[in-house]
Amino acid sequence: MESTGSVAGRPEGLHDERIVLHGRKVVGGRAEGEALVTHDTVPGWGGVNPMQGVITEVRHELRGVSFANKVLVCRGAKGSSGWSAMFHTARLAGTAPKALVFNEMTTKIALGAVVMRIPSVTDLDRDPLDVIETGDWVIVDGDRGVVEVQKRRER
Amino acid sequence: MRLTDQEKEFLDGRRGKAQQKAMELLVRYAEALGADRFVDTNNVCGVPGSANPFIQNYYKDKGTSEYDAIFSFFDLDSDELIEAPPALASTCCLQGGADPDNWETLGTKPQVFDIYKDREQFARDRGVKILKTCTPYVVGNTPAFGEHCAWMESSAVVYCNSVLGARTNTEGRESTSAAMLTGKIPDWGFHRDEFRRGTHRIDVEVPVDSVMDWGMLGYFVGDVVQERIPVLTGKYGRPDLIRHKHFGAAAASSGGVELYHIVGVTPEAPAADAAFGGNTPVATITYGAAERKRTYDAINSSAKDTNVDYVMLGCPHAALEQIEEAARLLDGRRVNANSALWIFTSRDVKQQAEARGLIDAIAKSGAVVMTDTCSAFAQAIPPGTKVAALDSAKQAHYLPAIMNIQAWFGSTRDCINAALTGTWNPQDL
Repeated sequence: MESTGSVAGRPEGLHDERIVLHGRKVVGGRAEGEALVTHDTVPGWGGVNPMQGVITEVRHELRGVSFANKVLVCRGAKGSSGWSAMFHTARLAGTAPKALVFNEMTTKIALGAVVMRIPSVTDLDRDPLDVIETGDWVIVDGDRGVVEVQKRRER
Repeated sequence: MRLTDQEKEFLDGRRGKAQQKAMELLVRYAEALGADRFVDTNNVCGVPGSANPFIQNYYKDKGTSEYDAIFSFFDLDSDELIEAPPALASTCCLQGGADPDNWETLGTKPQVFDIYKDREQFARDRGVKILKTCTPYVVGNTPAFGEHCAWMESSAVVYCNSVLGARTNTEGRESTSAAMLTGKIPDWGFHRDEFRRGTHRIDVEVPVDSVMDWGMLGYFVGDVVQERIPVLTGKYGRPDLIRHKHFGAAAASSGGVELYHIVGVTPEAPAADAAFGGNTPVATITYGAAERKRTYDAINSSAKDTNVDYVMLGCPHAALEQIEEAARLLDGRRVNANSALWIFTSRDVKQQAEARGLIDAIAKSGAVVMTDTCSAFAQAIPPGTKVAALDSAKQAHYLPAIMNIQAWFGSTRDCINAALTGTWNPQDL
């Protein structure tokens, strides 16, 4: 994929219009990247491979898909208490997502976001799972709790 | 956030550098949650300072015996190397990656076993209780009703909240290590009354009695409520510790259940109204014959071949009664030459079983009783295993994903028969 603009990996064929969602800061900082969206909750220990940044859970809709350097948009986290340690390990291995946008707050996803040290936002005024699709370009401003979405033109 | 004087002293470093870093992490975590205060806890279950080979190698040569790099940089997510002090709060170490006696059978390399021994020494030197189990509540850590805890291990968390009526969120590695140094954890979620009320009603319309039944029901409930709070009513017998253990572990695997109410059984559910605490149920869901069948098929979705290479029992770690049951079912017979049987438990329960001669009796059959870990946690199965049989819905959820094998789920009796014959031929469906 050819990159344009100032951010590496930013694809061509994005709408200029930005859809803006307002929510609450979970972790500060600003990052942008390609969205990876799942309506399933995201597993931690036993359902991800942090060395590869891939979801491995047998019946997960993203089984085999990499979340590395993506803006992960999800309902929330589930499963083992090893969630934070797995995603913390992903940070060390260089496979963590760039940012997190999610709906349902749990201790797993809160602590995971903190130790990944990635911009993270929740409690948005529109459901990000309705607005954002995989492949859209998403800018997450953690400090302001703002998520900007540029839809991809062709699918 | 509203901080007490003691919390401010932790945060400004007056009570030590490590405690300061721990408090900084707890404040970041509390702010992420949206909590505005902490609760005091003197009951922490975690894995302080532990390491797998990747983490050990990542922080190699970055610390010393006192200034522990793994504890500083990973547990406390600190950018500074700090001296790791003794635990302030009463702290237990949960399961680890290797069996202390049978690590070679498990396939652990000597250099990896050395890492585990070294990390256990780290925890012991800080006054941490070396329980080495996912079932601290079986071996003496049974918090009182209403007690605030900071526990890891989803199957232990759900037991702590639901069966004991104590209060903990599903904490993580970093938050438990920070709580160990400060005795603080964010006052959020299951520490608060309003968060503990039921959200979904589950009407159980088929009889639920055996450990396998309870495991399946738990798997179903977790799948439908995800991280919400189910209230069960209907046709069930009174579950014992083992049934609760398998139900909760399954519900915390297919979903993220941290608290369940069973009307007439669990302490916060004397009646359905009390369990909902004024909440209107989001949904009422029936568990009948069709749901039971669908759940059985879902748990068994990875399995095709009936030649069973490996049978694993003890997820969550076997209670003494389950070791007794295994010994009884083996009844002096030999495990099939094409199969293997490993049973996982805690050190304390193994000691009890040894005193009864059960470990020797099981060993004579060719099976091995191991402690501290399990196949999923250690990522260890007998060499060449393609198909496993398991009596735990939780293990059946995780092991195929982790080890890329097939897994049958069934009763303990059917699993032991599979080990004795090398074939999956279930009688209990």
